[in-house]
Amino acid sequence: MTVLAQIRPALTLVGVSTLALGFVLPLGFVGAAGLIAPSQAQGSLIERDGHVIGSALIGQTFARPDYFHPRPSATSPAPYNADNSSASNLGPTSKALIDRVRTDIAGRHEVPADALTTSGSGLDPDISPANARDQVARVAAARHLPAEQVATLVARSVRGPFLGIFGEPRVNVLRLNLALDAMKG
Amino acid sequence: MTLIGWVQIALVLAAVLAAAFPLGAWIATVLGGRRLALAPVERALYRAGGIDPERGMGWKSYAIALLVLSAVHFALLYAILRLQYWLPFNPQGFAGMSPKLAFNTAISFVTNTNWQAYSGEAALSNGAQMFGLTVHNFLSAAAGIAAAGAVARAFARAGTGDLGNFWVDLTRITLYVLLPLALVVTIVLIALGVPQTLAGSVDAITLEGAKQTIALGPVAFQEAIKLLGTNGGGFFNANSAHPFENPSAISNILENWSLLAIGFAMPIAFGRIVGRPRDGLALMITMAILLAAFTLALYAAEAAGNPLLHALGLPGGNMEGKEVRFGIPLSSLFTASTTATSTGAVIAAHDSLTPLGGMVTLVLMQLGEVIPGGVGSGLYGMLVFVLLTVFIAGLMVGRTPEYLGKKVEAREIKLAMLAVLILPLAILGGTAISLCTASGLGSLANAGPHGLSEMLYAWTSSAANNGSAFAGLSADTPLLDYGLGIAMLLGRFAYLVPVLAIAGSLAAKPKLAASAGTFPTHGVLFATLLAINILILGGLQFLPALSLGPLAEQFAMLAGQTY
Repeated sequence: MTVLAQIRPALTLVGVSTLALGFVLPLGFVGAAGLIAPSQAQGSLIERDGHVIGSALIGQTFARPDYFHPRPSATSPAPYNADNSSASNLGPTSKALIDRVRTDIAGRHEVPADALTTSGSGLDPDISPANARDQVARVAAARHLPAEQVATLVARSVRGPFLGIFGEPRVNVLRLNLALDAMKG
Repeated sequence: MTLIGWVQIALVLAAVLAAAFPLGAWIATVLGGRRLALAPVERALYRAGGIDPERGMGWKSYAIALLVLSAVHFALLYAILRLQYWLPFNPQGFAGMSPKLAFNTAISFVTNTNWQAYSGEAALSNGAQMFGLTVHNFLSAAAGIAAAGAVARAFARAGTGDLGNFWVDLTRITLYVLLPLALVVTIVLIALGVPQTLAGSVDAITLEGAKQTIALGPVAFQEAIKLLGTNGGGFFNANSAHPFENPSAISNILENWSLLAIGFAMPIAFGRIVGRPRDGLALMITMAILLAAFTLALYAAEAAGNPLLHALGLPGGNMEGKEVRFGIPLSSLFTASTTATSTGAVIAAHDSLTPLGGMVTLVLMQLGEVIPGGVGSGLYGMLVFVLLTVFIAGLMVGRTPEYLGKKVEAREIKLAMLAVLILPLAILGGTAISLCTASGLGSLANAGPHGLSEMLYAWTSSAANNGSAFAGLSADTPLLDYGLGIAMLLGRFAYLVPVLAIAGSLAAKPKLAASAGTFPTHGVLFATLLAINILILGGLQFLPALSLGPLAEQFAMLAGQTY
């Protein structure tokens, strides 16, 4: 009897909530977002020469020597698969992790930690300033540019912590590479 | 660890505690039943639902109403997940979920757990995310706060069976607390870069000429309530580590604040409702000190990093599974916050935490999600520990224990112990059974002690209604879909029903005036005793399991052993 008496209130509140919180508000926010922040609402996409080349917030693969490289990515089936985000989920004593880093570090020392570790999303758009500086010589040589010019571009591309306190200094790899392409060599 | 790291953690926690006072006062007002601005909306809802807002409920009716709501909403979500192919807003044409996965997912969201054995952007339509999961995020959170309100009333009232009306509490919490906060947080998140669109994905041609499909969707609104309601189920597989869910350090601070705000406001609301603000404050401070201590332990472990990688020439903190924009201090704070509440959203891969860092997340969940715990559930969980604490204190001096003028007797303590024993039963029993089966062992992604931690984490997270994972684990198997589903049900309802029964029995008792022999429950002595009880009762029973998992792995790591 008590159970039956609660069914109508439950159905009503679930029904109204589904309508209001599941349709009206999310759709309302889609509309409102188009007005207040149209670019962000659509994924902060970047266009060049009339077509979408990526999102400012989402990392993408760069393998050519004349581009700055992002962090390794653990998404499958390929790195930086923005259709299925994922971390490596390798534990600290994982042989697979240690072997991967040993291969990638290739005898170098004091490498910035972010350069050889995968991110939590597999889509990290940023690298640390130290990681970017480590790549200046390679990029400059591949582009036949003076290293100082590329280093200056890197320095200008560093975004500091919020209010100087929160988060880490970082360089957005896609924006940096776009700026490189825009540079007259 | 760095000074600036400490400062970041301290400032975010300070912002949470500062907001707890006005927010707690507001929640007390909402639960108090005073006529508020949206009274006409309330009235219309009550009339449509045949709800008499003046009619109070005894503990059994209150529990039944909550269970009926959960059952109805479970059935609806199960249907949505199975049928999503035919439902609106499915631009990618995703097929329906399998029965076992839909069972697991529907239970997961109805219990405020949000364990996800699927990858959001690869398996769920925008529609299922909107009118399936998002709605659950609101109602399961509101149900938890409502139940906490009923328990608070039991201490405030005397000689009555009336704990309030569940439907009224549910409606008012949603309308006046969750909705306004979610609206504000959604707008800020959109401005900071979180998408809110009906597009399923967009194709880009990268600078190197490759095609990149970028998954999109109505993320922002779901993100806001997912954190405010301590739900934690991500729109994307990577959850709040995904740049579209959490684009910057600024959005991360807001999200971290959101997932702690209501949890810390609840003891303040409790103090107001029972007319003893200092007692509420004592609970809040106990929660805050424990959370701060565990956060610093986690930060220390992650900042110390992995000696196996140091030896290869990769110095510094542990960045595997972490995002550059957050760094180690904010990642550590979020990781501790999400496991200390029952949120389970992640900004870093918990599977890749250092052994001791991972152990902190396990312990925070195994303590029973009370510092501050999930919205509502954290407070009533904390009150169970309070009853056990005054009971033990009473035993020491040979007096009948009391709390806020209510005598705590055999019935309450038996029910409290029943609730407390659910977690070890589900966690240790489930982990042991899984690790004895080929199916369970086949789900592990990591070998050695870390594999044990993976399975222990899954059962801990489910039973504690957290929802985060050591995500290497392959969780979409019959054993884990059904087994963890049952653990989530036990963790939510087999805990909640005894707690409401305690409330029913306390509400009926007279309220005694404090005497010289009454143990004061707002001082340092009480807070210390409470903290020790939480650590011993909540933590000690899991120590053997932890020594086989994270502790063993820590020693293996120091010895240079890999698996």
